[in-house]
Amino acid sequence: MTTDATIAEICIAACADTYRESGEILAHAVGIIPTLGARLAKLTTAPDIVLTDGEAFLLSGPPTPGAPETEDSVVEGWAPFRRIFDILATGRRQSMMGASQIDRHGNQNISLIGDWDRPTRQLIGVRGAPGNTANHRVDYWVSRHSPRVFVERVDMVSGVGNDRAREAGLKHHRLGVIVTNLAVFGFDADGRAELRSIHPGVDPQTVIDSTGFPVDVDGVPATRVPDAEELRLIREALDPRGNRTREVAD
Amino acid sequence: MSDKRVSIDEAVASLESGMTIGIGGWGSRRKPMSLVRAILRTDLTDLTVVTFGGPDVGLLAAAGRIRKLVYGFVSLDSIPLDPLFTQARERGELEIEEYDEGMYVTGLRAAGARLDFLPIRAGLGSDVVPANPHLRTVASPYSGEEYLAMPALNLDVALVHVNRADAQGNAQYLGPDPYFDDLLAMAAQRTIVSAEKVVPTSSLLDEGSFHTLLFSRMYASAVVEAPQGAHFTTCEPDYSRDEAFQRHYATSAKDPEAWAEFERTFLQTDEAGYHAAVARFHATQGAA
Repeated sequence: MTTDATIAEICIAACADTYRESGEILAHAVGIIPTLGARLAKLTTAPDIVLTDGEAFLLSGPPTPGAPETEDSVVEGWAPFRRIFDILATGRRQSMMGASQIDRHGNQNISLIGDWDRPTRQLIGVRGAPGNTANHRVDYWVSRHSPRVFVERVDMVSGVGNDRAREAGLKHHRLGVIVTNLAVFGFDADGRAELRSIHPGVDPQTVIDSTGFPVDVDGVPATRVPDAEELRLIREALDPRGNRTREVAD
Repeated sequence: MSDKRVSIDEAVASLESGMTIGIGGWGSRRKPMSLVRAILRTDLTDLTVVTFGGPDVGLLAAAGRIRKLVYGFVSLDSIPLDPLFTQARERGELEIEEYDEGMYVTGLRAAGARLDFLPIRAGLGSDVVPANPHLRTVASPYSGEEYLAMPALNLDVALVHVNRADAQGNAQYLGPDPYFDDLLAMAAQRTIVSAEKVVPTSSLLDEGSFHTLLFSRMYASAVVEAPQGAHFTTCEPDYSRDEAFQRHYATSAKDPEAWAEFERTFLQTDEAGYHAAVARFHATQGAA
């Protein structure tokens, strides 16, 4: 087994794995690592997923800046913002979003820190998080796993967690995983976050210390390492300039 | 057919304090910035602004013109947050209705259809509901399923900027995304259209297919020719975002002294003065 994979590359593979059973859906990814994860999935285990250029076009394949022998991706569809809301209402979409805060039930906040009436820090706002979580699978990406992100209680529920979804009767709600720079969480039968894997080389105590709610690290396996072909695709085809290190340093 | 062309200041003179004004574009993309700058030259105040916000919100908020902001988000795209908006928010100066983006669009659609509300799934379970205590749910008469009843976002006036328009207000976009300008126009009592170029009706299909005809003169009450009227936001394919100037805007916004200087240089002047100052800014940048 190759062991020279970086944490960023392990995270990209973990993000790619969220699409293994997705079928023919629109992949929405916020951030460098999630975007590379979707593109890697498209080239490996999930060829049917639909990628966007991040603006208004659907692409037949990922942009591959480092592989001139590969045919560039071409436009296969048009999805201006208005159509995104139509697509998410059909459920044929899957999002990986960021999180300024996230709690053990998967309630996520990207809106503000502090009080609604007068926030101590105004962030981006709820954006599409309520609609995404009400309509289709949502996963999260946290590039700096810390107790400031993984909190007991988020200041404003933007992305709906499992407890809230149950109360609201959201039948299309589905949280997948939370990929961080230290570990991967899933959710147990009660909808609570539980560790699925810890990245190779990360001390389990670091995960405990970095999470603001209790986590059980006993018997948690190591996150899978991308294989040689995946590493080649990441390094040579998808991200030859190493943009991934801007989110997770080597 | 009436010729609806007016000057930019004439167009804005038709607005009144206290109005609910929808602003087109999206974030830092195809915003009717020349109309926003024209508002800054008036004494309009107490506005309710409805928008997918960008620097339009920042500028109006910093000038104290907004009483209430109804929005899906506020962002400069390449710079995630608009400092003028976040400062106004953190000072507690703005009354806020923040919606999920899909709720915001649904509210515009309800207004355009003259409905009180439209049902939507988005928002349920999130803190958007407690943050907007006026929101109600509605039960399906068929299954009993509960939906959020997104209230109509009715507008007194919509301000939009498009690539081309004719003198009657038939509006055309030539870039990749119409955004929601047609929905704003339909949700509003009247719409002021600014365009990069006003062209004869017979020329509307010279640069784009009939699919690019975004909305009809039925929804337009005034037409303003405003070249570079979206600056510094994008107006593809006529021009892309002026990233250097946007950075200057955002950097200036973080420091009161720098902001006062920005206002003196770029805003306390007319539209021609603004563009001349922007040209000088770029000349200095090139020399630096």
